[in-house]
Amino acid sequence: MVTAQRLAKASPLVTAAMVEAMEFPHLVQKYGIRAVPKVVLNETRDFTGALDEADFARMVIKAGGAKS
Amino acid sequence: MLEEKIREEIGGEFRSLTHPVRLVVFTQKEECRFCEDMRVLAEDVAAASTMISVEVHDFVADNALAASLGVDKIPAMAVIGPEDCGIRFFGLPGGYEFTSLVEAILTAGSDRPPVAPETAALLAKLAAPVAIQVFATPT
Repeated sequence: MVTAQRLAKASPLVTAAMVEAMEFPHLVQKYGIRAVPKVVLNETRDFTGALDEADFARMVIKAGGAKS
Repeated sequence: MLEEKIREEIGGEFRSLTHPVRLVVFTQKEECRFCEDMRVLAEDVAAASTMISVEVHDFVADNALAASLGVDKIPAMAVIGPEDCGIRFFGLPGGYEFTSLVEAILTAGSDRPPVAPETAALLAKLAAPVAIQVFATPT
């Protein structure tokens, strides 16, 4: 999912790891993955499917918090 | 691993690279099931452009480097341009995910704005680090 990579380039606070689910079954179990793409943010938030860039960025802000 | 036609196609796309990109691959002495495929894929992709290089490291022997790059499982590949933006691949990016690898290289090694100005403004408000993990399958 290229949006995650672009967000990582755009912010020094964001990293993006692409994980092949079939090669890491323990992670599939850990995160309860039933469909892909599944996106996990800081192990605290997740969503399944694609989001546009702005909505994805809003999810990132929810996961990391916004500056006051 | 890559067909000549694909290599030519991505070679064309990589002409837009303005900075060198390193593909830092972690495998192990007894290569795991997809480790060899990951290494060969990285070498094939790098052969498509003089702007791309490959470094192969042993996950156990080079554990300090792995840890510094946030690599905690293999096969793994860090895509690093003039700066490390934290783009990683765990597992072989085959099938549809191959496009993600090509895009990752273009994102890491080009000067094009990665996101729209409105999205950059949103991200500027981010207060703390966020690690995104995208789980996908090759098909």
